[in-house]
Amino acid sequence: MSISTTTLSDRPGDPGRSDILAVAREQVLERGEGLTREQVLEVLQLPDESLDDLLALAHDVRMRWCGPEVEVEGIISLKTGGCPEDCHFCSQSGLFASPVRSAWLDVPMLVEAAKQTAKTGATEFCIVAAVRGPDERLMGQVAAGVAAIKDAVDINVACSLGMLTPDQVTRLAEMGVHRYNHNLETARSYFPNVVTTHTWEERWETLRLVREAGMEVCCGGIVGMGETLEQRAEFAAQLAELTPDEVPLNFLNPRPGTPFGDLEQMSGPDALRTVAAYRLAMPRTVLRFAGGREITLGDLGARQGLLGGINAVIVGNYLTTLGRPAEADIDLLGELQMPIKALNETL
Amino acid sequence: MTAPVQEPAADGAAQFCDQCGAPAAEPGHERCAARRTLEPPRFCPQCARRMVVQVDPFGWTARCSRHGETHS
Ligand code: SF4
Repeated sequence: MSISTTTLSDRPGDPGRSDILAVAREQVLERGEGLTREQVLEVLQLPDESLDDLLALAHDVRMRWCGPEVEVEGIISLKTGGCPEDCHFCSQSGLFASPVRSAWLDVPMLVEAAKQTAKTGATEFCIVAAVRGPDERLMGQVAAGVAAIKDAVDINVACSLGMLTPDQVTRLAEMGVHRYNHNLETARSYFPNVVTTHTWEERWETLRLVREAGMEVCCGGIVGMGETLEQRAEFAAQLAELTPDEVPLNFLNPRPGTPFGDLEQMSGPDALRTVAAYRLAMPRTVLRFAGGREITLGDLGARQGLLGGINAVIVGNYLTTLGRPAEADIDLLGELQMPIKALNETL
Repeated sequence: MTAPVQEPAADGAAQFCDQCGAPAAEPGHERCAARRTLEPPRFCPQCARRMVVQVDPFGWTARCSRHGETHS
């Protein structure tokens, strides 16, 4: 797939640019039809002065097509570090001089983390492993973990275990894993700049298998990795084509020792424009604030995002880094009068 | 990566930066200080060994093979 060369002749500030908001209002808000790649690019090129209007529209779209509920999730790393892949943003690759060391979590700790997560009102608990794909040891650990969690806690269990074989997909579905996360990470055209040990197409194939097996598809990526705005728009269109049930949106948090460790953090306005643009590209998806929001947007970011198209959050810590205290996000949802999505609505 | 390993001070005081593993007294830890609010420790403050760190949704534990475990 080639990189789009924009057809827009407008420059930031031209009156033509804000027309995209009027178009989006009619197309996305009224008809529920997501923006195209070219339209997403127009949104990403809107000047900062249009940001408030853009966020307000994205919020209206989210309320209209998804409702006020917010899906709350906790994530846990079952197997940390030592991954053989070379995703340039990742501190868990064993190929870089990252300070993250390998670690495995045992099943009782997994269950305890699920219990604590459920106490926040979260309905999702995602078990993640830093691997290319699961081996038999990991599949066994996941099977034991999922069964133990289901015995002890009322929460949906999701997994993120890398690329899967058809047999592994079937087994995870049989374990009762209701959603599978596998991020495409970035636009297809930019992927070779981010990962060289596997392809975007291999990732797409796992997602196809997951959908075929009846599990929900969770697929997003990371923005701010040096991709162009055109590629950011390309990625939105590629995600929209996949029609994932959930899109986790991460902002690059440059990790020491990784090839992207010295990249600049994305600016707050750029991050918010991306949130809104992705909402306008995918009006019905669960759009989740994931890693990097704290450093990119600060404390205000959670509020701005939730009022700008986001309708799901990861509470508490991430896989190797710390997040805002869970109570801060839960309190904010109360203040914004956004109810936490209940378990029966997600089943 | 092999972290520089040094013996801890007799009083057990932190000699090394828990973010980068360099001697704490050296200049240039501004980025480490900023990072610390959203990062668990990675290096043992007593000997600079890389620690095995487990983050969970609500905390972390960090284990040094010589100096044992600390947690949030
Ligand atoms: S496959 Fe996952 S864990 Fe491994 S390097 Fe890539 S992002 Fe990190």
